[in-house]
Amino acid sequence: MTTTVPTAVGTPTRVVDKAQYGLAAFLVVVGASVLVDAATLEDGFADQPVQPYAVPYVVGAVLTLLGVLLAVATARGDVPEAEDGEDVDLTGGADWRTVALLVVVFVLNILLIDWLGWAITGALLFAGGAGVLGSRTHVRDLAIGTALSVGTWYGFYSGLGIPIPAGILDGVL
Amino acid sequence: MELLLEGFQSALTPTNLLFAVIGVLLGTSVGVLPGIGPAMTVAMLLPVTYSVGVDSAIIMFAGIYYGGMYGGSTTSILLNTPGESSSVVTAIEGNKMAKRGRAAQALATAAIGSFVAGTIGTALLALLAPTVADVVVKLGAPSYFAIMLLALFMVTAVLGASKLRGFISLFLGLTIAIVGTATGQARLTFGQPLLADGIDVVVVAVAIFAIGEALWVAAHLRRKPLEVIPVGRPWMSKADWGRSWKPWLRGTALGYPLGAVPAGGAETPTFLSYITERKLSKHPEEFGKGAIEGVAGPEAANNASAAGTLTALLAIGLPTTATAAVMLLALRGYGLQPGPQLFDAEPELVWTLIASLFVANALLLVINLPMAPIWAKLLQIPRPYLYAGILFFASLGAYSVNFEAFDLGLLLAFGLLGLTMRRFALPVLPLIIGVILGPELEEQVTTALTISQGDVSTLWSEPVAIVVYALMVVLLLLMVLTGLRKPPATAAPTGSEPSDPSEPSDIEKQEVPR
Repeated sequence: MTTTVPTAVGTPTRVVDKAQYGLAAFLVVVGASVLVDAATLEDGFADQPVQPYAVPYVVGAVLTLLGVLLAVATARGDVPEAEDGEDVDLTGGADWRTVALLVVVFVLNILLIDWLGWAITGALLFAGGAGVLGSRTHVRDLAIGTALSVGTWYGFYSGLGIPIPAGILDGVL
Repeated sequence: MELLLEGFQSALTPTNLLFAVIGVLLGTSVGVLPGIGPAMTVAMLLPVTYSVGVDSAIIMFAGIYYGGMYGGSTTSILLNTPGESSSVVTAIEGNKMAKRGRAAQALATAAIGSFVAGTIGTALLALLAPTVADVVVKLGAPSYFAIMLLALFMVTAVLGASKLRGFISLFLGLTIAIVGTATGQARLTFGQPLLADGIDVVVVAVAIFAIGEALWVAAHLRRKPLEVIPVGRPWMSKADWGRSWKPWLRGTALGYPLGAVPAGGAETPTFLSYITERKLSKHPEEFGKGAIEGVAGPEAANNASAAGTLTALLAIGLPTTATAAVMLLALRGYGLQPGPQLFDAEPELVWTLIASLFVANALLLVINLPMAPIWAKLLQIPRPYLYAGILFFASLGAYSVNFEAFDLGLLLAFGLLGLTMRRFALPVLPLIIGVILGPELEEQVTTALTISQGDVSTLWSEPVAIVVYALMVVLLLLMVLTGLRKPPATAAPTGSEPSDPSEPSDIEKQEVPR
């Protein structure tokens, strides 16, 4: 048994980790989707001894079963041991705000990259990410980010011969 | 032998030596960068085949291949971000070693192990290439299928503390592997044409490892600065050498043959090597916390597998990895068809290539051992920069494959999955192997059943397959027996895993309620 308890995020042992029911539900949903998708598949060609739906049926069924088993295990007091790490401090609970902000920065990159191009969004991604993670030198972050993104753009363009789309800077770079 | 000496003569000309250095440096750097692999690099460099001689180009590609195998280990060890799928296993122990302040030893055992394995592997290539064809062609699809099942089974059930979580992770991976139109019909693509080609393993691996790790760290970032571990030139104590040389040789023994076998690739032998070392180690308690054997074995295995892959490519004309497939394309660009006849038709070229592999290997050791501290400095980067940089390079890697913002969306989605997996202690490895081996499993069983015209008994019709299945049964029995011998102490907390490094590791072997 665990004697020292830096276990799961704010979850003392012997207490049901309710969030894990969410994971179990997720597994059941994914498994069910695989099964539903498999049901829409038609018979394969005559030279296909393994039907296209055979593997999805197996995988979907097992995944659903595993979800149920996880729910049972959770109810019986199964608690995950969250991953530790050098930069990870598990004693203080999770800082989901930082994660959410990082996701926002990342989504902005996805939305803007086709328009602005990597040279700009890459710099914003780096500076935004660093800022969210606690860097207070915003001007320097932006400078480093710009150096990285423009540098990698040219590195790929002239060094590797990969023209990353320039976006709005087309013709400038 | 005479031919090999002639090969060295042409490999050691200044021009070819220069191309070998470029290849090794390029290969190591793309191996270090997540998202860019040797296969992609060689593919991008295919245009140089129009302007460079065939020997120079092949020498450079060989350098990229070997360099990539080695370079992936550096980030695996220092950042827990494997640059290549073949270095996924290295991240497990290597990164733990680095976190314990043993990065120098991890890098050293990876570099020297890569050199030893690469040299032995290349020597085997020179010896066996002419005759290896006989060995390889005897294995049929049923045997491959059995071997892959064994790899999946071992990684899922033998590795990791919780078998339930191992299987959850594996089947999530297999689900990801289903996506695409490989069988002729769109499966799990949800009408999205960009999913028709399936989900790139690189995107999944980069997302789960890099993005997942960055987000997980972000959720729990230490607000007070940590003492930075100074990492000097890679070195190993006598004890480290003593613990490393056997895993190097065993890794080579696993990597070389599996690299030559279709579907063996570099991943399977690294997984198998890791498991072997974990089982054979005199320090099993260190596994999962930074055991040097867990770095030495897999790193030797992936370099040896590169040599094995080239054996199959040269001797049979069979590409067994993505990199080998692109190299095959390059050779065809010169009007050459790799295969048994190449040894007769172009002996000089073949032996120059083999000699250049020895050269590339030596260069790797000479160049990378002193350069390792430069990579090691990455750990001293301020944390916001380190993790923002991981997000940056992971995005660049995923984006540069197709220039699709959609791939970045996938990257984020799987990154969030990686975060979830860390939160719920799902092991990452079975998922990645599931993604890599899932399509192959289906392909092999299809091939086997096509040949047998639907007769299922073909799956155990080959001796190798029977041996492998027997091995799986034995492993299963052993697991059940150890589970019975050490029943969980109490009913309620059986699922809990050791959460403290000082805790005895035999708890890991306990069964969890299924």
